[in-house]
Amino acid sequence: MATKAAVLPATAVRRTTPTGDIFARWVVLFFAALVLLITVLLAFELWVGSEPTRHRLGWSFLTSSAWDPVSLKFGAWPFIYGTVVTSVLALLISVPLGLGAAIFLAELAPASISSALTFLIELLAAIPSVIFGLLAIFTLVPLMRSYGEPFLKKTLGFLPFFQGPAFGFGYLTAGLILAVMTFPFIISVSRESLLAVPRDQREAALALGATRWEMTWQVVVPYARLGIVGSIFLGLARALGETMAVTMVIGNDPAVHASLLAPGYSIAAVIANEFTEATGDVYPAALVELGLVLFCLTIIINALARLMIIATTSKGSKRP
Amino acid sequence: MRRSVFALAVCAAASVSVATAQQITAAGATFPAPIYQKWFNDYHNMHGDVQINYQSIGSGAGIQQLTAGTVDFGASDMPMTDQQIAGLKVHPLHFPTVLGAVVPTYNIPGITGDLKFGGETLADIYLGKIKKWNDPALMKDNPGVKLPDDDIVVVHRGDASGTTFIWTDFLSKVSPEWKSKVGANSAVSWPVGLGGKGNEGVSGTVKQTPGSIGYVELFYVIRNKMPYGSVKNSAGTYVKASLESVTAAAAGAAKAMPADFRVSITNAPGKNAYPISSFTWMLIPSKVADANKEKTIKAFLQWMLTDGQKMTEALDYAQLPKEVVAKETKQIAQIQ
Repeated sequence: MATKAAVLPATAVRRTTPTGDIFARWVVLFFAALVLLITVLLAFELWVGSEPTRHRLGWSFLTSSAWDPVSLKFGAWPFIYGTVVTSVLALLISVPLGLGAAIFLAELAPASISSALTFLIELLAAIPSVIFGLLAIFTLVPLMRSYGEPFLKKTLGFLPFFQGPAFGFGYLTAGLILAVMTFPFIISVSRESLLAVPRDQREAALALGATRWEMTWQVVVPYARLGIVGSIFLGLARALGETMAVTMVIGNDPAVHASLLAPGYSIAAVIANEFTEATGDVYPAALVELGLVLFCLTIIINALARLMIIATTSKGSKRP
Repeated sequence: MRRSVFALAVCAAASVSVATAQQITAAGATFPAPIYQKWFNDYHNMHGDVQINYQSIGSGAGIQQLTAGTVDFGASDMPMTDQQIAGLKVHPLHFPTVLGAVVPTYNIPGITGDLKFGGETLADIYLGKIKKWNDPALMKDNPGVKLPDDDIVVVHRGDASGTTFIWTDFLSKVSPEWKSKVGANSAVSWPVGLGGKGNEGVSGTVKQTPGSIGYVELFYVIRNKMPYGSVKNSAGTYVKASLESVTAAAAGAAKAMPADFRVSITNAPGKNAYPISSFTWMLIPSKVADANKEKTIKAFLQWMLTDGQKMTEALDYAQLPKEVVAKETKQIAQIQ
């Protein structure tokens, strides 16, 4: 029975891509290009907007510690220091705890508990940062001032990190609240990576006589290394840019202090606090240049992350 | 049927567009925002066709919007500088609206009464020279009060604001060292202290931190029932901020008031004047393009200077003294 369908030539192999595919490819290419374009525009705007201060201050902006809107002397160093210190502190606390929790949820917990707890932890990621800030002001700060910081001063007071008056506000409290905010990212992404490790890897390790812990720590975690490192950098990205929670507890003091108990400032916090009332030409430009510094800082850290991943995976491991 | 519904809709739309006659936009200072919102609301209830929309985005941002021409008038806690005025196409007229005061609030365990602060004492505390509560300068201001040997935790504003301008303006007048080292502005380089965000941030930090001192707007301490101290004025009396003492400061300064009302009344002369008081201004362009808007703005200003002033005390703002109101009423005529 002859069909009414179109008659294909004898060589019924498609040599040209269907128009639908071409169209789809161009659309998604357009979206990708759009994202790239927005990033480039962002960098361009930051560059142009900071021109008055770049001209005026040059590289000394990065090393100076002055922040005087009256005499127009600006320096980014206290803010860079505060941003880096609070983020590193946050990671130092949340990575071991987060990784440990992820290992528990992926390897040791029964499936029902694991999924329930994961659901709750992912809810934590959805809480707005202002709520964390309020929580920090009303509960964390008094606790730190009355119990946490005096305890640290008594036991570790010989280190320059734990000296000076205990305000409750400062780098340490900001680092703590950032740690709470980066937990959910590290836990959920690491857990996914750990669950994705194939069963035969685990079974091979157990078959060779490894204990449960040896299997987890020496086989599963290295296998999931990429995902775990990715989750850490996701958490770091959140910590670097976090504004409201940090400004509520860091004490907002544009100076560099060695002690973690002292108040400080971060780039995002100063921009949020001062941008609306920054009048004139130079003052807003200084804040825009701080934004440019944060942008570059983020790029540098991500580049280092990439390099680290390349370095560690090309050392004779067969996995890509 | 459809045609008649359509005609009805057109008529309704036309009548609605005739009814919403005047939309006026304004933006600026956060300090007077509560009283402004009340005024604009009540004025709209009285004159249904006038809708004044106010956004409290901050004095500096208000001046920027006025310069950019996106709002009809601005509001600021600081008088505009010559440079800012030069940046505007149309010369702005400053209209003082209400009076505010900034008070020192503190949290000292064991002290329940009111403390007295000399101007220089406050400057030295904020410079970091006075570090403990039982410093001789504080003991001299407060004879007979047992001040503890605790560290003073200084709290200031982390964000820029007119409140900071008023506070630093006063400190610059009473302490030459403050004036040369720090100066007066809505955001300064603080020698010591923690920064809080907004009046709420400073008062929250002070409430939470034993041994701390901070500065907040008067209406804020009244509403939140916080302890605040009295300050020594230029006549040597320790005056506690109140609506009367603030109005006295403005009346004392009224005689020497410049014609454009750009004046700072901190450390004003007068026995009962509270030294850390200030006007807050509405910045009205002297030429309004739309004749309707011009009439509405003039009518509103007239109402604000008469009936509006009666509403200020209920919201804990001090009203303008009569001499200033008289001068302002004459300035309304300058709007064209």
